[in-house]
Amino acid sequence: MALLEVNDLKTQFFTRDGVVRAVDGVTFHLDAGETLGLVGESGCGKSVTALSLMRLIPQPPGKIVNGQIVFDGQDILKMDDDDVRGIRGNNIAMIFQDPMTSLNPVLTISRQISEALELHLKLDKSEARKQTIELLELVGIPSAKKRVDDYPHQFSGGMRQRVMIAMALSCKPKLILADEPTTALDVTIQAQILELLKSLAKEFRTAFILITHDLGVVAGMTQRINVMYAGRIVEKADTGELFANPKMPYTWGLLRSIPRLDEQRKAKLLPIEGLPPDLISPPGGCKFEPRCQYRRDICREKEPELQHIPNAKPDHEARCWGTQNVAGGGWLVDTDWRREVGDVRVIEEIKGQAASETTTEGPGG
Amino acid sequence: MTVTQTPPSTSTPGGFIERQRSTATAGSGNNLLEVSALKMHFPLTQGIIFQRQVGAVRAVDGIDFFVEKGETLGLVGESGCGKSTTGRAILQLYKPTAGSVKFDGTELTSLPGEQMRKMRRRMQMIFQDPYASLNPRMTVGNIIGEPIEVHNLARGREKTERVQELLKVVGLNPYFTNRYPHEFSGGQRQRIGVARALAVEPDFIVADEPISALDVSIQAQIINLLEELQDRFKLTYLFIAHDLSVVRHISDRVAVMYLGKIVELADRIDLYEHPLHPYSQALLSAVPIPDPVVEQKRKRIILTGDVPSPVNPPSGCRFHTRCWKAQQICSEVDPEFIEHAPRHWAACHFPGA
Repeated sequence: MALLEVNDLKTQFFTRDGVVRAVDGVTFHLDAGETLGLVGESGCGKSVTALSLMRLIPQPPGKIVNGQIVFDGQDILKMDDDDVRGIRGNNIAMIFQDPMTSLNPVLTISRQISEALELHLKLDKSEARKQTIELLELVGIPSAKKRVDDYPHQFSGGMRQRVMIAMALSCKPKLILADEPTTALDVTIQAQILELLKSLAKEFRTAFILITHDLGVVAGMTQRINVMYAGRIVEKADTGELFANPKMPYTWGLLRSIPRLDEQRKAKLLPIEGLPPDLISPPGGCKFEPRCQYRRDICREKEPELQHIPNAKPDHEARCWGTQNVAGGGWLVDTDWRREVGDVRVIEEIKGQAASETTTEGPGG
Repeated sequence: MTVTQTPPSTSTPGGFIERQRSTATAGSGNNLLEVSALKMHFPLTQGIIFQRQVGAVRAVDGIDFFVEKGETLGLVGESGCGKSTTGRAILQLYKPTAGSVKFDGTELTSLPGEQMRKMRRRMQMIFQDPYASLNPRMTVGNIIGEPIEVHNLARGREKTERVQELLKVVGLNPYFTNRYPHEFSGGQRQRIGVARALAVEPDFIVADEPISALDVSIQAQIINLLEELQDRFKLTYLFIAHDLSVVRHISDRVAVMYLGKIVELADRIDLYEHPLHPYSQALLSAVPIPDPVVEQKRKRIILTGDVPSPVNPPSGCRFHTRCWKAQQICSEVDPEFIEHAPRHWAACHFPGA
C-alpha cells in the first residue's frame, strides 16, 4: 500500500478579486522510502500542495474544497485538529525554503528542536537535549555540543538549513516535504545539503517530496517526477523516463529554456513565450494552450485529462491532446522534442555535425 | 563531472616555470575597461558619538581584470564574495578604497563629479530585483525617460518617441508608457530595467544578477534579449551571476571570485573544461545538471564548511580553509594571479587536476 495517496485535491483561495484555484484536482501517490519531485514555476501550486498535505493552508482566505489525502490509511482531511497536530512534525515533517525566516530568532536552537521531541516523543528535558545534540551531529554541524545553545543568527544560511533538516528529522517522520530546500543557498552549500538529504533518505528510508523549480536538482535526487502547471499535474513519469522521453510541450519548454553546464556549444535558448495564466480565470481548454507552440484547435476547446501515453513507459502520463489517442489528438506521440523543426538548437546541431564530418576537428572546442 | 586536466606547462612551453608576472590588466589594446588592484573596503565602526574604525569588511581586496570591447565577461561566485561590490565600484557607485578603474582610457577613480556624471551615460547598470529597482510612483514612460532628460539627449515629443522605441526594442508594447511598475510581471519589469539602461545608448552595461529573481521560463527570455541587444547595439557586458550554467551560456570569458579576490579567469570553454583553481573545480562540480544519466555518473567535490568572513579573511590563500589540496604554503603565502596558459589566469599554488 502506498504511504500517501492524494486524490483530486483542490485548494482554493477566496480573495476579493475572485476564487484562485491554486491547486485544481491533483492526484498522486508516494510509496514508503520513495523520493518524488514536484516541479514547476512559481505560482503553479506546488507549495500549496505541500501545505495542503500538512493542513497548513491559512483559512480564510484558503480552503481545501475537495479531495482526499490518505496518509498511512487515514484521511488527513477528515481528521480533527488535534489528530492533525499528532501527525504534523511527528509523521510528516516539512523543510521550508528560507532558513532565514523559518526559525524563531528569539529561541535557541536547542529549544526549537527539543520542543518537538518533548511534545511528540514525550521525552524529558535532558533526554531531549541529548537527542538534539545527536541530531545536530547527524546533519553535520561541527561541535554540536557547543552550538546547541546558540541562536539562529549565529548560524550561516547552510547551517540554518541543516538545523531545519535536523528539526524535520527529530521525530523520525515517514514523510518529509522539502519545499525548495536549497533555493536560498549557494551552489557549493546546495551540493552539501542535497548530499545530506540523499544519505538520510537512504539511511532512514524516509519518503521525500522534493518541491523545486530546478530540473537539475530533481534529476539527481528523485525516483519519480510530477510536473505541475497552473494548479494541475501536466506530466508524471519516472525520473529517467521524464528526462529521456518527455512528452508534454511544457516540459519540453522547461528543458529547452535552461542553459546546461555541459552543453557543447553556445546555442540559443528557446524560452516559453508569454506568462503563466491567471488562476482566477484560467483558460478554458488546456491551461498551457496560450503558450504552447504545438497547439491545435482541440486544445482551446476542451481540457485534456492526465492519461497514459502510447509507446511510452506504463506509468508515464501527460495532460496533452497531442499525446492522446482520440479523434483530432495524438499529433505529438512520435515527435522527438530535440529534433522538432524550428528548433534552433537542432539546426545548429545538424550544422555542427556536418562541419565536423568535413574537418577532422570536433565541434564546439 | 570528471575534472580532467592537461597540464598548462605542455601547452605553453616554459610559461609555467617562468611564472611571469600577471598581465591580466594589459590585454590586447582593445580594452573598454581595465581594472587593476581594485580594493573596496567598508569600514566597521564602534562608538556612538566618536566613531572609531575597528576593522573593515574587505569586500573586494585587490582584483585585476580587463573587459574587451564587445565581449561579455561573466563574474561568478557565491553570495558575499564581492561580485556585486565589484560591479558597483567600477561604476563609481562606491568610491573604491584603492586601485584603478580605467574606462576607455579614462581613469574613473579620480574623475571629478561632473565629468563622472557625463561618463555614466556610457556605462549603465541592470539590477537584480526588478521589484525594487523601479520607482513604484513613476510611470514607465518617466522611468525610461528620466535618464534621457538628465543627459540632455532628447526632450518633449522626441523623448516620448524614443521611450516608445525603447519599449519596442525590449519586447514590450509601446503604449505601456503611462502604466506603473506594479502592473507588470517580474519578467516585464526586468525588460523595463533593461530599457532604462539602454535609454542613454551606453557602451558598457553591468548586469548584476539580472535573471536570478525570475522564473525559469522567463529567465531564457531575458537572456535572449540581452544577447540580441548586444549584437544590435555592440554592447559590452559585465555579467554578474551566481548561476554557472547561465554564465557559461552568455559569457565569452568568465572570472571566478572567492572572498574578495578573483581566483581564476579564462575563456568560457577553457574554464569549464579545464578549471585550474580547486574552488572553480568544486563550484563546477556542484552545479546540478538536468539529466539523471549524467547526474549518476558525475563525481561531486563537496566542500566542507562555509565561506569565511571577509572581515577577517584567512591568511595566505583565502581558500585554504576549505581546500582539499591545501598544504603548509597555502596558509602562509597568498598565491599570485598568474597566467598559466594563454588567457587563463589563476591564483593557486597547486593549480590543475
